[in-house]
Amino acid sequence: MKKIFRNLAFGLILLFLYAPILVLIIYSFNDSKIMGPWAGFTLKWYVMLFQDRYILQALYYTLIIAVVATTVSTIVGTISAVGIYRMRSGLKRPYLLLNNIPVLVPDIVMGITLMSLFIFAGMKMGLTTIIIAHITFCIPYVILAVLPRFNRLPENIFEAALDLGATPRQAFWKVLFPEILPGVTSGALIAFTLSIDDFVISFFTAGNGVSNLSITIYSMAKAGINPKINALSTIMFGCIMILLILINIRSEKGIKHIQ
Amino acid sequence: MKSFKEYIAYPYGLWMLIFIAVPLLVVVWFSFLSNPDFKAGVYTFTLDNYQEFMDPVYLELLYRSFLYAVIATLICFIIAYPLGNLIVSLPGHRQNLMIVLMIIPMWVNFLLRTYAWMVLLSGSGLISQFLGLLGFQDVSLLYTQSAVILGMVYNFFPYMLLPIYTALKKIDPDLLRAATDLGANHFQMFIKIKVPLSLPGIVSGCMMVFMPAVSTFVISNLLGGGKYMLVGNLIEQQFLTLNNWNFGSAISMVLMTIIFLVLGIARLITGKELDTGGQLL
Repeated sequence: MKKIFRNLAFGLILLFLYAPILVLIIYSFNDSKIMGPWAGFTLKWYVMLFQDRYILQALYYTLIIAVVATTVSTIVGTISAVGIYRMRSGLKRPYLLLNNIPVLVPDIVMGITLMSLFIFAGMKMGLTTIIIAHITFCIPYVILAVLPRFNRLPENIFEAALDLGATPRQAFWKVLFPEILPGVTSGALIAFTLSIDDFVISFFTAGNGVSNLSITIYSMAKAGINPKINALSTIMFGCIMILLILINIRSEKGIKHIQ
Repeated sequence: MKSFKEYIAYPYGLWMLIFIAVPLLVVVWFSFLSNPDFKAGVYTFTLDNYQEFMDPVYLELLYRSFLYAVIATLICFIIAYPLGNLIVSLPGHRQNLMIVLMIIPMWVNFLLRTYAWMVLLSGSGLISQFLGLLGFQDVSLLYTQSAVILGMVYNFFPYMLLPIYTALKKIDPDLLRAATDLGANHFQMFIKIKVPLSLPGIVSGCMMVFMPAVSTFVISNLLGGGKYMLVGNLIEQQFLTLNNWNFGSAISMVLMTIIFLVLGIARLITGKELDTGGQLL
């Protein structure tokens, strides 16, 4: 009895979470411009999607921004985490306080403050300003992911490696780096996810010339419902599912390997 | 680790000053300036922008944002707490599967998910057709208050579930068994042991739903059709359409004050800083 109730609860909540996504997927194959009754199977929205230069351009910008922001914020964040970890002076507190601001302040406030700065400084809004904004809100998450890894390390692990005859380069890549790698990886993943998914901050720092996927979807959704967006979301959802399955297969292989 | 010096963090310190501290100060400064005659470059230092916000129209808007965010937070909590308990009662590997299933929708773009609800709720959408079969004709749920709150619940629900699940999972089942052994009934065990032990997770979850909900402008724009303006919409409008940055800055300051007050209260309840980073991965 309890089991039935439990499965029913899980079923309902999963229905709530997945229903909108399923509807998008189903309607992306529907041969009608309105989301009414079923009018037959078609792939024309997919064809039209790949002929839409505006959407493809937005996809390109989204990926460029995410890759640059993730790379820069992972490298800068990891190096800065080392420095913050080593801070013995009174600087540590202000550093962590400033670092926490983008995490705690609402996106819209981050967006308008950065926009004000860029306009105040006379910078032209475009790809550069979006990338700066994304790096600014990504680094804090990388630091929050990496710093605990350093706190967990033995105090003199790096020097111990040097004493045992490692060159500084070897000590870094063979001793230190593997220890902090899980933090760096999850920091990079968080940064990438945040950058891909961000709308609000990009919206305020983009200006007129550059539009990423979120901004494009927002303007299309406001203008009314467009089946091309359904096709796009189906492809994106498909990519996420394939990625998840691949990760799953890999980790299962890893477990077998260990066994 | 003495081979690494703290100065390798200095460039990032400079970055934070330029792109985090200065912009915030610029907006604080803007909020105290006003240009009543619209003459170029003539600004006076005043509290006018804050006074303007005291207008009943804006106060009602602030009240509405607060109310919607609180309702959305409560609904998320009412669903997530029992659900978290149910998930914890599963065997280990099925717990992980369940949590992954709950997170996957988060990886679909936030705007696409909101847009999907526009499709579902619209007059020709599935829910209206279903209601039509039950005899309710021409019900369009899109562009209503309920749609806005539903959008908040849907988009921010995982932020509530994850901290609650993490907190519940940490509770040692022996503690609960000990309470029952020592004569507590099920209700007492729940109120006196389970709830206090999971309180940090509850507070953290409530904050992580409340903060994005109170400051959103996307959900109210898309699902409310612009009929139900929230604080976020007002800020967006002042900055992007009306170009009144001074008033917009003042509203942002009010919003930030509310959020830091709520954060302060949360900190008083749990006695420590909120854990907001990295919970989705």
